[in-house]
Amino acid sequence: MAVVLILVILAVGSVVFHLLSPWWWTPIASNWNYIDNTIIITFWITGFVFVAVVLFVAYCVLRFRHRPGNRAAYEPENKKLEVWLASVTAVGVAAMLTPGLFVWNQFVTVPAGATEVEVVGQQWLWSFRLPGANAKLGTSETRAIGDGNALGVNPNDPNGLDDLIIEGGELHLLVDKPVKMLLRSVDVLHDFYVPEFRAKMDMVPGMVTYFWFTPTRTGTFEVLCAELCGTGHPQMRGTVVVDNEADYQAWLEQQQTFTQLLAASQQPTAIASSTSPGK
Amino acid sequence: MVDIRSGADEVIPLAEVEDVELYHPKSWWTHYVFSQDAKIIAIQYSLTATAIGMVALVLSWLIRLQLGFPGTFNFIDADHYYQFITMHGMIMVIYLLTALFLGGFGNYLIPLMVGARDMVFPYANMLSYWLYLLAVLILAAGFFVPGGPTGAGWTLYPPQAVLSGTPGGQDWGILVMLSSLILFIIGFTMGGLNYVVTVLQGRARGMTLMRMPLTIWGIFTATVMALLAFPALFVACVMMLFDRLLGTSFFMPAIVEMGTQLKQGGGSPILFQHLFWFFGHPEVYIVALPAFGIVSDLISTHARKNIFGYRMMVWAIVIIGALSFVVWAHHMYVSGMNPNFGFFFATTTLIIAVPTAIKVYNWVLTLWRGDIHLTLPMLFALAFIVTFVNGGLTGLFLGNVVVDVPLSDTMFVVAHFHMVMGVAPIMVIFGAIYHWYPKVTGRMLNEAMGQIHFWVTFLGAYLIFFPMHYLGLLGIPRRYHELGETAFIPESAHTLNMFISVMALTVGAAQILFLFNLAWSLKRGRPSGGNPWRATTLEWQTPQTPPAHGNWGKELPVVYRWAYDYSVPGAAEDFIPQNQPGLGMPTREHAS
Repeated sequence: MAVVLILVILAVGSVVFHLLSPWWWTPIASNWNYIDNTIIITFWITGFVFVAVVLFVAYCVLRFRHRPGNRAAYEPENKKLEVWLASVTAVGVAAMLTPGLFVWNQFVTVPAGATEVEVVGQQWLWSFRLPGANAKLGTSETRAIGDGNALGVNPNDPNGLDDLIIEGGELHLLVDKPVKMLLRSVDVLHDFYVPEFRAKMDMVPGMVTYFWFTPTRTGTFEVLCAELCGTGHPQMRGTVVVDNEADYQAWLEQQQTFTQLLAASQQPTAIASSTSPGK
Repeated sequence: MVDIRSGADEVIPLAEVEDVELYHPKSWWTHYVFSQDAKIIAIQYSLTATAIGMVALVLSWLIRLQLGFPGTFNFIDADHYYQFITMHGMIMVIYLLTALFLGGFGNYLIPLMVGARDMVFPYANMLSYWLYLLAVLILAAGFFVPGGPTGAGWTLYPPQAVLSGTPGGQDWGILVMLSSLILFIIGFTMGGLNYVVTVLQGRARGMTLMRMPLTIWGIFTATVMALLAFPALFVACVMMLFDRLLGTSFFMPAIVEMGTQLKQGGGSPILFQHLFWFFGHPEVYIVALPAFGIVSDLISTHARKNIFGYRMMVWAIVIIGALSFVVWAHHMYVSGMNPNFGFFFATTTLIIAVPTAIKVYNWVLTLWRGDIHLTLPMLFALAFIVTFVNGGLTGLFLGNVVVDVPLSDTMFVVAHFHMVMGVAPIMVIFGAIYHWYPKVTGRMLNEAMGQIHFWVTFLGAYLIFFPMHYLGLLGIPRRYHELGETAFIPESAHTLNMFISVMALTVGAAQILFLFNLAWSLKRGRPSGGNPWRATTLEWQTPQTPPAHGNWGKELPVVYRWAYDYSVPGAAEDFIPQNQPGLGMPTREHAS
């Protein structure tokens, strides 16, 4: 029976593929191992259902395939069985949804001590802004974008004057310190995506979106754009470096403030040295 | 308690069943071209959908050539790649699947299966097709206009869809796409009203709603949904046209594009996404519900067994249809909308899994203790169950909001939706064509070609999309025309991409064999007779095959039973047509 054999191979083969697949998620670098765990639970439940259904179909074909003289049974309904199956399904669904919603609650609840970091997307470049000495980000708006103010920081907001601006460069983060990523775009949709952090969120022009996470190991990670943003979409790359305290402070001291950048833009000769190295 | 099997002994008096006033064609033109006969319109819809579907197939080849062998084919640059994926997606979802299921199968099967002579508004039905054809032609014209078709992705998200960084954004491409969609929706509405009213008003005597074949329930519910969902897309298209042509700001906030401040401001890109997915999610079920219905009938007929739990199946279709209007934002978990929406939409989305699972159980329980004939329609139905269960289950990953966060916008999503709303419904389409081709043409499709077509398509499609999930799990984003040097992507992922591409080319080639079979069997297929599958439903009981204009000769059929009287104990044959009063035996033995 070719059909039966192929269905069995398909079911078993899918499980074997899953277990042996060299294509698996990247080693995690954030606190969101809860998400990974929920995926594992979901794989177990759905994998069981898939194998059970396909093998049941294979068995039916083997056992009830047409032979001369066969006649099918006549059984329009079986209320008990239908209710029982629906209930088991509901339990299985709840077993996946419940942990999912608990973790989502964590995902949307930013811890009080989280550092704020702003990411600004534009075609096709990542820029970043960190709070300066006063630990507060200044307000911003797209209309304020102009010479020396590529991110649209509000020049009239004193909180913004000491903000550190990293245009097209690397973002450094402190390990084990929760960070709230504030996401802005100046042109089209983008999406700040670092596979190792698991979390991602679209960046929408006209509004500020966010997500939070805690980097859990030091290292260098590639930033990708995960929302189609035009022809240069795959080339929109950036770098996040997760540092320990000493490295982080050393890096921080090299960054320029908004005030410095504004001043530099008024001296034509300084522009070349202060503009970004590009992507 | 309603006894759904009842009716065998009821005597239903004959109604007035004289020929109703139909517009009978007077010339070749009104017979074959400007036809008002739903069956001809169905064939016109199907052929047009197949033709534009072939374009989508070729585009999928080009997409896979680029992904499998990046840098090898110089004519596929980034612009072209995005144009290809956009056109491929839009054609497949709207111009092929929606048009074929509703315009094709809906037109052919609704009047025949409910026992009507034709659709209730034949003239509007004809207009529906011609508007559809116009929409398809305008869509295809996109390939020839300055700048080429839009490359905004099939979701057409603004602002990038109307800006210069996207192919067709500031050229003609996006205008052509939006105009075509608007025409499609107008045309569909004319057809859709027909399908709904015909099911509600045009049924033969005795054809109660709870005796209708599930095919009709699926198409009917999908059409009602489409009539409610498409207006959201219509509005979104019109607003985007205004944004692009008149400088309005429905979807345009303050934007600095490549260093230039644009004049528009104050609009909301997320508003478009809500409108799009308010249409877009029901759209998934607009494609899936007809497939659910048709596959139920294929399984029942070819397993010679009544569909298990008919009433549960009907209610599941209706409940899925209703619920699918309150889950749309699960496409937007990482869109930046208020994240608290996630709780609501994850819950509604996972609740849909319950009625959907019930349908799967009832299909496989129909096989249980059946008399399974492994005909081509049955093989495709089995392939549907496998691929639909696979794709449905990965939906539980993406629907569960927090699990969606790492997986969204990766190849996992691409694999999921291709499996569940690409491969699975297309398996049903193939099964349905092998099943109903004899009614349409009077001839059987060639079995040997069909077997090759089936195995290559089913196994090939599974081998394309099953491994693709793991590329997404690894983190490879979708809509990348090249992965470049990316630290986390191992060399083996490129090898897998090559394998997937080779499978895609193979599966595509098998479809050419299928088209050849369709043409070849037209003249050389084995004559089928009127009811080759020994099926119960009305379309197999027509006086002529293919059915003549008006379908039923002098008298309309009268329906005495539900659509699933297969292998009834005590009956002479293993099927009793819906229009047969008794059990087909001289002595009536009643089995409980």
